[in-house]
Amino acid sequence: MSDDTGALQAAALERFIDAAKRRHGLDLSGYARASLQRRVQQMAERDGHADIDALSAAVEAGATQVDHLISSLSVPVTEMFRNPSVFSALREMVLPMLASWPHITIWQAGCATGEEVYSLAILLHEAGLYDRCQIFATDFNEAALAKAQDGIFPARDARMWSQNYQRAGGQASLGDYYHAAYDHIRLDARLKANIHFAHHNLVTDGVFCEAQLVLCRNVLIYFNRELQHQVLQRFRDSLVRGGYLCLGNRESIHTAPAARDLVAVDADARIYRLASS
Amino acid sequence: MTSIDAVVIGCSAGGLQALKQILPTLCPTRAVPVLVACHTASDDLRGLCDLLSAVSAWPVREAREREIAAPGVIQMAPSGYHLLVERSGELSLSIDPRVSFARPSIDVLFESAAIAYGTRLVGVVMTGANHDGAQGLARVRHGGGIGVIQDPDEAEVDVMPRAALAQAGADQVLPLVRIGPFVSRLIDQRSEP
Ligand SMILES: C[S@@+](CC[C@H](N)C(=O)[O-])C[C@H]1O[C@@H](n2cnc3c(N)ncnc32)[C@H](O)[C@@H]1O
Repeated sequence: MSDDTGALQAAALERFIDAAKRRHGLDLSGYARASLQRRVQQMAERDGHADIDALSAAVEAGATQVDHLISSLSVPVTEMFRNPSVFSALREMVLPMLASWPHITIWQAGCATGEEVYSLAILLHEAGLYDRCQIFATDFNEAALAKAQDGIFPARDARMWSQNYQRAGGQASLGDYYHAAYDHIRLDARLKANIHFAHHNLVTDGVFCEAQLVLCRNVLIYFNRELQHQVLQRFRDSLVRGGYLCLGNRESIHTAPAARDLVAVDADARIYRLASS
Repeated sequence: MTSIDAVVIGCSAGGLQALKQILPTLCPTRAVPVLVACHTASDDLRGLCDLLSAVSAWPVREAREREIAAPGVIQMAPSGYHLLVERSGELSLSIDPRVSFARPSIDVLFESAAIAYGTRLVGVVMTGANHDGAQGLARVRHGGGIGVIQDPDEAEVDVMPRAALAQAGADQVLPLVRIGPFVSRLIDQRSEP
């Protein structure tokens, strides 16, 4: 065994990235490689290929669907009220300011299976703002979007989510917002009324809407710095003056050119505001 | 002989005590990055890092995404995130599913490091109550890196070192007091011209 094992694996990944681009126009070139390597390897194994090169050959031969590629490679791991302190910060610092706009548009990018946007909907409801809101929740994983649209989740997660909700300063009980049946929970339809789920690829698609709040958590960590900067610029361009951006707890805007216009409102919660001039 | 350019360490139950013991003597003349995945419950690593910094030869910090794996710094995976290292030396985080019930996962860190550093890597698996790290250490050794395992007989919880030994084998099985000196010596010997 030699130093070259890693180089060979990395080279196979680049060939896969080329194949996905050529065959499906799916651009993965801006993704951080280490975690992508692992996911492509797992996809090759799941689909019964000997290695990544065999998977790439299948892609080249047109034997895979683009949606299958995306759902195999994207990571719709999420939960309700993940990092409760972020949701209490949104409740305390952002929602009261949003209240000053007659119509509120919110873009949640990378919504995965929807738990986060429903959490946000609950906050807005409790603040009496929900009826004034239009919420766009986007992702490039169609299978995840379909689940988000259904709003049906495994009951086994509900206990942890209730705790998160309480820690986020929830005013009622999370159980008030869903109907439990057997092994799943179904979120109340009134939470869905103003949420529009839509396909949007952050790599290739442009500004989605003009928003008072853009929420994009735990998506940028999968991108290399250049793509992070590009996507942050798109978020910045989507925000109205005085609008808010909320990122994941371990993401940052430090080195991005867009950071020039964004002021930290709560650095720990990764909440920024677009300066007004 | 190729030089050693990084050290990865994995530990779980009893890991904090183990880190306190090995980090003071992990002090080679030639500085290399040290990356740690330790399954801790606390959301905020600041206290833990301060505590370990106070006893370690090198500063201990929480790893941040897109930062470089810095020589002479001990970088810990944040809780709730996998820590990975790129071939460029940049650090990445992910919230991919848990592996062996763990996030951060030792397997994920070690596997990425094996691809990034190959023969220039030392992997250390210590005390813990699950099987995380066994697969990762196998990858490290398969890539030509050096595998070190804490002697299961003295480990606070022996499940993890035993699992690693069974699946990956080891170049050295050592009590905690000898791990730091061994790794340091290896780094310095390999860096001699
Ligand atoms: C780890 S989940 C984060 C879910 C949620 N925001 C949270 O923090 O709990 C990452 C999501 O980003 C989506 N994603 C990754 N790349 C994307 C892209 N280029 N365009 C749109 N969504 C993307 C994935 O499909 C996945 O659902």
